[in-house]
Amino acid sequence: MPSTHYLPPGLPAPVPEPDGLDAPYWQGTRQNELRIQRCRDCRTWLWGPEWICHQCLSFDLEWQRVDGRGLIYSWERAWHPVHPALKGHPPYIVALVELPEAGHIRMLGNLLGDPHQEVRIGAAVEAVFEPHDDAKSPYTLVHWRCVDRSG
Amino acid sequence: MSQRTLRGQVAVVGVGETAYYKHGQAPEAEITLALRAILRACEDAGIDPRQIDGFASYSNDRNDPSRLAAALGLPELRFSNMQWGGGGGGGSAAVGNAAAAIAAGFADCVVVFRALAQGQFQRFGAAPPAATVSGEQALTFPYGLFSPAQRFAMRVMRFIHEHDIEASAQRAIALASYHHAQANPRAVMHGRPLTEEAYDSARWIVEPFRLFDCCMENDGAAALVLVSAERARDMKQKPAYILGVAQGSEHRNAARGHNAPLYATSSFTTVAPHLYEMAGIGAKNVDVLQSYENFTGGVLMSLVEHDFFTAEEANDFLTLDNLIAPGGRLPLNTSGGNLAECYMHGLELQIEAVRQLRGESTSQVPGAHVSMVISGPMVTPVSSVIFGDAATL
Repeated sequence: MPSTHYLPPGLPAPVPEPDGLDAPYWQGTRQNELRIQRCRDCRTWLWGPEWICHQCLSFDLEWQRVDGRGLIYSWERAWHPVHPALKGHPPYIVALVELPEAGHIRMLGNLLGDPHQEVRIGAAVEAVFEPHDDAKSPYTLVHWRCVDRSG
Repeated sequence: MSQRTLRGQVAVVGVGETAYYKHGQAPEAEITLALRAILRACEDAGIDPRQIDGFASYSNDRNDPSRLAAALGLPELRFSNMQWGGGGGGGSAAVGNAAAAIAAGFADCVVVFRALAQGQFQRFGAAPPAATVSGEQALTFPYGLFSPAQRFAMRVMRFIHEHDIEASAQRAIALASYHHAQANPRAVMHGRPLTEEAYDSARWIVEPFRLFDCCMENDGAAALVLVSAERARDMKQKPAYILGVAQGSEHRNAARGHNAPLYATSSFTTVAPHLYEMAGIGAKNVDVLQSYENFTGGVLMSLVEHDFFTAEEANDFLTLDNLIAPGGRLPLNTSGGNLAECYMHGLELQIEAVRQLRGESTSQVPGAHVSMVISGPMVTPVSSVIFGDAATL
């Protein structure tokens, strides 16, 4: 059966931090929800996860669901396999995506589609959820794919 | 209180290194390499090693000063210092920390050192073996974003986009290091010249870095001996006085998951002004520069942030002719640096900066009075240092 995963099996699986900081994010992705931290006091969006708001120093933070639409802020195409699981695998693209709807915080993920595609900084993308149900502790990764704005 | 500055108060009076090896090929234990480099630096300085009373290092060097002091039979240990942060960002900071300790009276003779025998430990450029990851690594590793090259390609790609940087700019930096390594018998890449064609046809590691944009990984050790300027004047070698040194990084540089607000930088935008303020000089006064090459794009950004040229001037400035000794506008990485001399985590750059002031470089810049080192672009904290000879005091 062809893999439905962008990268081959054998890469490290994400698990929530022992102190629970990012658990709501990983719980959200299992439900196909993208959740970002936000300060209840000053409404600043926060990413990556932290225990305190860097803007107003409040500890009163919440998790808010976002639509998962963004713009490519930067990207790279990785060729050299630095992990044994990637040996013999074709190149792959990692994108850094800014989310205008969430204070322009940036999220990482693979850019789905042809790994040789031409990538344009500023291109519109949307989040795609990739479940890993067979993992010892099942998890879901968030990837990105280009959306056709004219359509 | 009087003006707080290190300018002219402390000097490097001895430098030493082991032979440099390809990674995994050191014939001795890592701590033995460290000890040999320290003893050579003392011999170069003309001092009894028992005069050492402090150590400073960076990047979690595994060779603890207390063990070194015991191994060397030091009468007493008065200062031991580790600069936080990974990569080579702490190279100049360690020199600054050692100098500050001397100026403050904590110690009189401090050694800055770095030792690497990666065959005996984990390599930097390979993914660490782990079945699960958490925290920041959970945001990067599952996407195949593991190595320093992969981490920093993202920043450099954004910089290239913002400023229309051409491939020839990164190439010139790589060619300059290889050019200088051909004159340096210590260099791992001595006898292995690099042509434009070979650079252009080399495989991608991660776009926008080809093979020769990336540093080597090596085994070896390097050390410098620092004492007060007053004491330095009567010693064997021509002193390399510290004119200015600074460390740190910008606002929220370490925000996780590539969320530094000022993203397309090498982390020096706030550090470089402090450096020049202490030194009392500007980029135009620098005769020769060693700039840490983890990846050539990071060097490019470092030069911009240290005011050698603007991002918009980068394509024109970065040519091989401009970057080579003796006559280039800005002789860069004159020993071969991390790309072609040795990836001694940048401490070899400090040694080369000192040799330039002594007139002992294998690619000497005639009449060099001001010699600068930039350490560890794109990590945090980063650091940089300016040395001068007696004429600059």
